[in-house]
Amino acid sequence: MSDNTPNAQQKSGAVQTTGHAWDGDLQEYNNPLPRWWLWCFYGTVAFSVLYWFIYPSWPVGQTWLKGFHTVSYTTVDKAGQEQEREHRWNTRALLLGDLGDAARDPQRKAMLAKVEAASYDQIVKDPKMMEFVRSVGKGLFGDNCAACHGRGGQGVVGMYPNLTDDDWLWGGSMDKIHETLVQGRNGFMPAFGQVLKPDQLDDVAEYVLTLSNEAQPGEASERGKAIFHGQTGGCYYCHGADAKGVPSQGAANLTDKIWAIADVPTQKTLQDKKAVLKTFIASGVNNTRVMPAWKGRLKDDDIKLLAVYVHQLGGAK
Amino acid sequence: MSEASTDLYQKRIQIYPRSVKGRFRNLKTGVLVLAYVVYYLLPWLRWERTNAPDQAVLYDLPGRHFYIFGLTIQVQDIFWLAGVLIIFAVLLFFVTGLAGRIWCGYFCFQTLWTDLYMMIEHWVQGERPARMRLDKGPWNREKLIKKGGTYGLWLLVALWTGFTFTAYWADAPTLLADMLLGRAPYAAYFTTCLLTATTFVMAGLAREQVCTYMCPYARFQSAMFDHDTLIISYDEKRGEGTRGRTRLGKGLKTREERQAEGAGDCIDCGYCVQVCPVGIDIRNGLQYQCISCALCIDACDTIMDNLQWPRGLIRYTSENALNGRKTRLLKPKTIGYGVILTAATAILIWSIATRAPYTATVEQIRQPLYTQLSDGGIRNTYEIKLNNKLTAPMTLGIRIAGLSGAVLDMDGMERIQLEPQERLKLLARVQIPPVAASGAVGDTVTFIVEPLAGVTAEPIRREVPFYTPEGGR
Repeated sequence: MSDNTPNAQQKSGAVQTTGHAWDGDLQEYNNPLPRWWLWCFYGTVAFSVLYWFIYPSWPVGQTWLKGFHTVSYTTVDKAGQEQEREHRWNTRALLLGDLGDAARDPQRKAMLAKVEAASYDQIVKDPKMMEFVRSVGKGLFGDNCAACHGRGGQGVVGMYPNLTDDDWLWGGSMDKIHETLVQGRNGFMPAFGQVLKPDQLDDVAEYVLTLSNEAQPGEASERGKAIFHGQTGGCYYCHGADAKGVPSQGAANLTDKIWAIADVPTQKTLQDKKAVLKTFIASGVNNTRVMPAWKGRLKDDDIKLLAVYVHQLGGAK
Repeated sequence: MSEASTDLYQKRIQIYPRSVKGRFRNLKTGVLVLAYVVYYLLPWLRWERTNAPDQAVLYDLPGRHFYIFGLTIQVQDIFWLAGVLIIFAVLLFFVTGLAGRIWCGYFCFQTLWTDLYMMIEHWVQGERPARMRLDKGPWNREKLIKKGGTYGLWLLVALWTGFTFTAYWADAPTLLADMLLGRAPYAAYFTTCLLTATTFVMAGLAREQVCTYMCPYARFQSAMFDHDTLIISYDEKRGEGTRGRTRLGKGLKTREERQAEGAGDCIDCGYCVQVCPVGIDIRNGLQYQCISCALCIDACDTIMDNLQWPRGLIRYTSENALNGRKTRLLKPKTIGYGVILTAATAILIWSIATRAPYTATVEQIRQPLYTQLSDGGIRNTYEIKLNNKLTAPMTLGIRIAGLSGAVLDMDGMERIQLEPQERLKLLARVQIPPVAASGAVGDTVTFIVEPLAGVTAEPIRREVPFYTPEGGR
């Protein structure tokens, strides 16, 4: 339209103007829109009117026109009951419908029923069920557990236990994991900062490091051993005479390479290792390592799925 | 709208092609019948399969399987489709460079369906003059019946065309019953309606405009033409003589008389123009609208036969031949296309013939990258995806190699049975003892998935990283 070269009509003299003249001689060409374009435009106008009636459209005061189009969907509540709902069309209702469809997917339902009916032993031996458990368990774990234990269950040293290793504070059998999930856990170790003198703390730390070959046995560790197994420290009450821990108490195995709280492995020198260990023995654990109980917060089915999922994370032994 | 804008657009001139008999018409009819038999009947052909649908050709989108007779194509083999498309494209180049718009004239679905619709039109409304009379005449009973009948039949054909297309994506008998009972999925109705509408509009109403204005192939095929390409051409020297086109008349009846008068062989009967489905006059030379359907050859041959003059006033020829030069068929371009075509076809056939009966991929679970175990050993975990591509069960074995001291633990699923077409994800743990863990940074481990029963094939090897703490223990 801003083209200055006259088109065929203008050349032939058949130019139409709008009929007005401004400032004496200023006229405006009448260049009508192409017919096909105009009809498309009218089409969109007609479509928009139709749209107002079907879908949510105009705001009216505090509310809006909701349209005649409705979405019916089924939701499943926490008790597993299906509820039919109908709502004026909106994307949220569509999403709820999709979610409901997924939960009611016959294949998924059948698989879930199969897993619920099976014993732990049967589930572990069945590749299809394990595939299902890993798939659904990953979602459940991500929603409920990953906030503390991490997306892959690797935990945080000193804060949340690593679920992928083969060391279990409270027992790693499927039943024990299930118990942990249902009733929660509260880790406890008394603080020895007031009970033991600094050099005694030093000796105990030295001894504990020898248990997992982090330090060589010597005079200091012999003194520490006496404190550990004697009345002074009394560490063996919980950690056991062999220092391999007592799962019913949540007491750690001190003879293996896994450190859940004192970050020994990343320390370079023996002095540093002893330092972190001493700090920990002095302060203990009191209401700082709490696993909440999930009974009532998760469905029993989901707890079972999670137990299997966590079990296979840790090597399934 | 003002009148001034109307000359920007040309109004379509209705074409009333006259019917014609001849060898190219017979060839076209033959192609048409063959194509329609295949297209309309193929979805109904059954094919015995175990654990899979028994339709010979079925594109099962929800099941992610394409069944083509004995061949089952899985999603990951979809690149074969690219191979097929490349072959078709090069075939088009090859044929077009050699013989012009053969595709347009004989095989294109637009040509075929337009042809069928014209046959229906001819059958109901009669020959060209009758149709023209009918269109000009008032809307009386006859016109209503004939026009309505034509449109009705067109619609039936369109509907069945649309349904047939849909039937390639679902079990045809079930789909037909479901659609009639109104319980088929929305997508089936939508697809059928869409294809019905396009068939009706394209073949019934738009016709040659599709080729002239819409089709990109029509336009870029002319770029592949050269002086040796076969084109349908009017022999201007023979037809026009020195006097131009001259009708039969007094003293201009026989060839000898005409040649003495300087008149050519074209008697300007107009038959070649009347039979043209795109409404051009071939005597004006090569035109982009021409779809090379060769019906004008049939028309002219008919006239020449009647006059007992030699055929070929309009014929398949090349620009070089028309100008008295030799036509070269073996040119570097044609040979090049031929080589690419042969190579692409060979690669595709080889790829399909040697397709693996199963697939296996191994992915490391990278959260966490590695796990420190209580004895000081290191464990990495992997997800193995197996896919049985056969319609029979098979047993696969999984083992590892290439990492010293490593132990594979799959909870007893190192030997796994796969059901027909089953896909399975398995968890694999690889563990190395404390001694091996020291300084083993940047190591890899190789998973070997080998067939144990139900199938013979080369083992699949997958090398994946094995992570240990930086600097070892």
